[in-house]
Amino acid sequence: MSAPVAAPYVPAAASRLRPDALGVLLTAVGVLALFGLPFVLFKANRILPGEPRSLLAVLPAAGAWGCGAALLLAALVAVLARDARLRLGGALAGLVALALAVAASGDILTPPGNNVVRVAPGGAFWVLLLCLGLLATDAITRLRPGPLTRVLLLAGFFVVMGLSLAHGTFDHLSVMREYAVNSERFWRELLRHVWLALGSLGAAVLVALPLGILCHRVPRLRPGVLGTLNVIQTVPSIALFGILMAPLAALATAWPWAAALGVHGIGAAPAAVALFLYSLLPVVANTAAGLGRVSRAAVEAAHGMGMTRWQVLSAVELTLALPVILTGIRVVLVQNIGMVTVAALIGGGGLGTFVFQGIGQTAMDLVLLGAIPIVALAFTAAVLLDALVEVLERTKA
Amino acid sequence: MITVENLSKQYGAATVVDDVSMQIERNSITVVVGTSGSGKSTLLRMINRLVEPSGGRVLIDGKDTRAEPAHLLRRRIGYVIQGHGLFPHRTVAENIATVPRLLDWDAARIRARVEELLQVFQLEPATYAEAFPHQLSGGQQQRVGVARALAAEPALLLMDEPFGALDPIIRAKAQDDLLDIQCRFGTTIVLVTHDMDEAFRLGDRVAVMSEGRLLQYDPPAALLTRPADPFVARLTGQAERAMRLLSLTTAGEAAVPGSSTGPAVPASATLREALSELLWCGAESVAVLDAEGRPRGRLTLDLILARGRP
Amino acid sequence: MSGRHFAALLRIAALALLVAFLVAPQAFAPVFAPLTQYGAPPIYDQGNLLSLALAHLGTVCLAAAASTVVAVGLGILVTRPSGAQFLPLSRTLVNIGQTFPPVAVLAVAVPLVGFGEKPTLIALFAYGLLPIFENTIVGLRTVPAAVLEAASGVGMSARQRLRAVELPLALPLILEGIRLSLVINVGTATIGSTVAAKGLGEVIIAGLLSNNNAFVLQGGLVTALMAVLLYEVLAGLERRLCRTVRID
Repeated sequence: MSAPVAAPYVPAAASRLRPDALGVLLTAVGVLALFGLPFVLFKANRILPGEPRSLLAVLPAAGAWGCGAALLLAALVAVLARDARLRLGGALAGLVALALAVAASGDILTPPGNNVVRVAPGGAFWVLLLCLGLLATDAITRLRPGPLTRVLLLAGFFVVMGLSLAHGTFDHLSVMREYAVNSERFWRELLRHVWLALGSLGAAVLVALPLGILCHRVPRLRPGVLGTLNVIQTVPSIALFGILMAPLAALATAWPWAAALGVHGIGAAPAAVALFLYSLLPVVANTAAGLGRVSRAAVEAAHGMGMTRWQVLSAVELTLALPVILTGIRVVLVQNIGMVTVAALIGGGGLGTFVFQGIGQTAMDLVLLGAIPIVALAFTAAVLLDALVEVLERTKA
Repeated sequence: MITVENLSKQYGAATVVDDVSMQIERNSITVVVGTSGSGKSTLLRMINRLVEPSGGRVLIDGKDTRAEPAHLLRRRIGYVIQGHGLFPHRTVAENIATVPRLLDWDAARIRARVEELLQVFQLEPATYAEAFPHQLSGGQQQRVGVARALAAEPALLLMDEPFGALDPIIRAKAQDDLLDIQCRFGTTIVLVTHDMDEAFRLGDRVAVMSEGRLLQYDPPAALLTRPADPFVARLTGQAERAMRLLSLTTAGEAAVPGSSTGPAVPASATLREALSELLWCGAESVAVLDAEGRPRGRLTLDLILARGRP
Repeated sequence: MSGRHFAALLRIAALALLVAFLVAPQAFAPVFAPLTQYGAPPIYDQGNLLSLALAHLGTVCLAAAASTVVAVGLGILVTRPSGAQFLPLSRTLVNIGQTFPPVAVLAVAVPLVGFGEKPTLIALFAYGLLPIFENTIVGLRTVPAAVLEAASGVGMSARQRLRAVELPLALPLILEGIRLSLVINVGTATIGSTVAAKGLGEVIIAGLLSNNNAFVLQGGLVTALMAVLLYEVLAGLERRLCRTVRID
């Protein structure tokens, strides 16, 4: 029918004067947090519970007003502005002011030369960070940036963060205090975390691709293979890590060369094997599904032009299925980065070491030293692979 | 009686319906025809306020349709769309009972009404009442769609391309059924279609729309004999207009006293069919028989041809 | 014997095995004994397995109930014309929920709400939002336009249309989302035991700490069996509820 569909899903025409609902909501949440929650927590030492301090109580008048003005500006832009660039600018200005304010709080509350006092960001900081972060994300979504722009934005964020960390802007905050104590171990565990996540993924892709192709070519095998992999997924990660310890320990005892290669009952080996097993399902399932979606006409045309079976598979089928396969790989990578954390429980190392150590000592700063980079890694992986999938889909279309 | 007064609809800068005024008589069938994009569906949807007009108003029996909330208005107006829109998770009986339930009829009355409608639409209640829409044929689904629209005994029935999804044979049957139903319940019907044959077959009056404007609103014969606009003439089909005109008169209406040795046609046949029969048999006249098969008169070739001229 | 009967039999056998193990774990001692060393107990002896399994299931179901209420509510909101502007934000939020590793959420939640069930509930809640939210949106958006039009055309108000037409038709997909979310979380909930939540993770962690593989295995197997059975039960429930709904 020619006439546009009636009322249901046509978004209401946005009037110029109406305040932005999202901006109003996030501003309200931010204001409540700013006045209801502590901006920073002051702890006499690492373990003691923190005393709440508000933004106004910590910063000198000029600083507090400056930060308040920047936040107010961000809120006004969020409520009133329609232009996405302006909104992004407002949110970023707010984020910068927030970061400077928390860094300044650390500097002010820490007596010179004192290494025992801890200043941790409080509830108001985290909520404001979330609100401003969401505003920025929303503005970026409205701008519909291409994949390359998104990666550049991410890189820009890391450059700014890296520079300010190197400059020592946040050195007086509790997380950075923990880092200062653990810096050498931090980089080792970070590297190990990434290697475990990527290595098990790489091995899984090598096995899962042929398995997925097999499932596509021989549909009879499909329910059995996917069913088995599905059941593996239901085994909780800690249990699978633990269960694998015994056979690997036996392996290392029986064949010394295996031990020489790094196969041990405890440590990274059971974690790597378990992550490998978990990684299989999404890649196999997406490979089979991606190949199933390749149009028959394209495959027949390729055969008709005289391509060999191998050429058809590599040049046509896998190429066309690549975005779907990569989507599976994205799922696996993000999932692995999270699961490697648990490997710390069986001596597998990785950033989970800090998390569990921190939980054990009720030292939340140590927990954050592990948790913040894990979250950053997961987001980076998600952004990078989403961008890659989009690039591939564009070239296909 | 429905009065459409200066009705308009704009979407942004685009005018979809442009200042349309018309009067629709009670107990009649009005067909709105036009090409796609002519605004005919929007016009229909403004009558039950599925689309809110940008300008003008609609009066039903003198009462402005904006006087009550839109969903209450719609419960008094039957509405049938192409592809029937039956609720797939409800049985045939539940589908038909939708509006009576919204109107809080008591259970016994709803049951009786559903039963009656199933009978009228030749759907055996024992077989079909508890069936789900996906278990029915396309023609049956369409009939349930009409039954649902008529369930609460609306005085007005709006139909938007109701037979568009049916194949030609089932469509002809559905059109006949609609004429019967209209006689039986005396419902006022406004029907939108892009099919000229359907318009001529069903319409007491036909409204022709193009680019949002109402070009002509007349009985079918007037559309053929006195097209108000070149577009109307094109739409009714210059090559076919004589035949269409013949199809508007039945043999019974045109017959003159006398007998014929030629082939026999029923009184309900159109002159177009009688002419076709004459051509096929190479005869000069046909005998017209009434419903009981008794001779009622005759039609000659000249008589028929005279009716095919404006 | 047909494949369907065989599968049904297998399910019943799995359920019987699970129940038997939880009710009378000591009867299985000989099975697990070879995995222990130095005379360690072959069956978890620091708590009642049945009550741990029930606590585990309770935590998972509570978190799933919360995820369902929030995700379905958000899904309804963003498919209404008035809430459409919240769609990108809601998507971002639930995606963050799944990108945040549950362990990290757990760890960060501890200082806010303390040790015990609460941090686990928060982590599972956040992790389980995405499948339900996405499925709700797809379910509501794929209701055929003709059916929506008919619902408005017969005079249903927006609320009546949502309740009587849109939600019932979206139900199969919403249920599927809940099932995915529940099954993922049965396994994920085991990590809650690292912050002292009651559940089957306790058995596994006790095994890891005392180097007793029998504990690790039985904790893992009970959790996996529960996940598989939950999956089957919910899939069966979906088929039963939605047998009549077929959208062409």
